[in-house]
Amino acid sequence: MHELSLVRSIVQTCSEYAGGAPVRRITLEVGALSCVMAEALQFCFAAVSDGTPLAGAELEILRRPGYSRCRDCGADIELQSLLDVCACGSANMSPPQGGDQLRIQSMEIEEAL
Amino acid sequence: MCTTCGCSGGARPLLTNTATGKTSRLEVAHIEAPIGVAQRVPRPRAGVRSTAAPTADLQHLERDLLAHNNTIAARIRDWLRARNILALNLVSSPGAGKTTLLERTLRHLRDLGDSTAVSVVEGDQETRFDAERIRATGCPSVQVNTGTGCHLEASMLAGALEELMPAPGSLLMIENVGNLVCPALFDLGEHAKVAILSVTEGEDKPLKYPHMFRAASLMILNKIDLLPYVDFDVETCLGFARRVNPDIAVVQVSARTGAGLPDWYAWLQAQQSALPA
Ligand SMILES: [Zn+2]
Repeated sequence: MHELSLVRSIVQTCSEYAGGAPVRRITLEVGALSCVMAEALQFCFAAVSDGTPLAGAELEILRRPGYSRCRDCGADIELQSLLDVCACGSANMSPPQGGDQLRIQSMEIEEAL
Repeated sequence: MCTTCGCSGGARPLLTNTATGKTSRLEVAHIEAPIGVAQRVPRPRAGVRSTAAPTADLQHLERDLLAHNNTIAARIRDWLRARNILALNLVSSPGAGKTTLLERTLRHLRDLGDSTAVSVVEGDQETRFDAERIRATGCPSVQVNTGTGCHLEASMLAGALEELMPAPGSLLMIENVGNLVCPALFDLGEHAKVAILSVTEGEDKPLKYPHMFRAASLMILNKIDLLPYVDFDVETCLGFARRVNPDIAVVQVSARTGAGLPDWYAWLQAQQSALPA
């Protein structure tokens, strides 16, 4: 499961940045066409973050769609999956653009008092 | 713990040089490598502090999760290009006949003479069975046992290349771990991905694994000798594959009987000829 690898990468990267301070929230951008499942990320996160500065942090996942254009009716299409078709029924579309993000956008750490 | 794959301690991938039997644990991403493809990637500076929240500190990281892998993959790609080595990343589900196809291809190329040297990086979770079959062909090979890892990552290939040291102008076959999901995500610096699908698997596989078939340059439809005995419509399958990847090339073969293999060899030849000299 590649989501586990990714979550370990998130936990390691964020732990280093936090420098030991507790992390409250991590915001990820995950493209809808990236072949990564948000549910699987959430599932792994609880287990992997246990015992790290990220334990108990909220994992916020911003799902980013991909884009394409229908070659038959000309409509712009927002893609939630590589298998989406146009509302007109056509599957003849330009190659998908975007929707492949896998990024840690930001994180919120607690201020030292 | 390794940033890229999460491996730790004894779980680090095991490299085996199948010619010498030499084994070593891969120092993932921490190798000071003579070939310089696996050096540690520098980390970006920490994010900018926000003054918006009084009790929390918002850090903008904007960090790509695959950045580490992709940096190593880019180095591998440069390294291969500089040596005119054609590297192909072979992916399939378990049981698609990938090892049989590879074995047969290696024997064919060997029998052509030494005009094209071939070497193999063999990705496996546990067994060495496949690697033995590859070793029997006489081609240099290194096996990477990924343990619990379900895919090869660029750092693993970098370590394998240091052991293998493929010759300039040669062909490098990378047999990825058998699954059609995870290897789609990890660039190894290869020239192209080749997806192998057998007619015993169901014609809708390209739709079930659209990312892999989108990432592949070639689909090899294997075990076509079994077509009379299975419920598999070739045209439907090709239609599905082209729906997710209009540019995908297709060859239909039987690695067992040899049917169609000249088409595969011709594709290989064309890829090699297309490399900048
Ligand atoms: Zn349309």
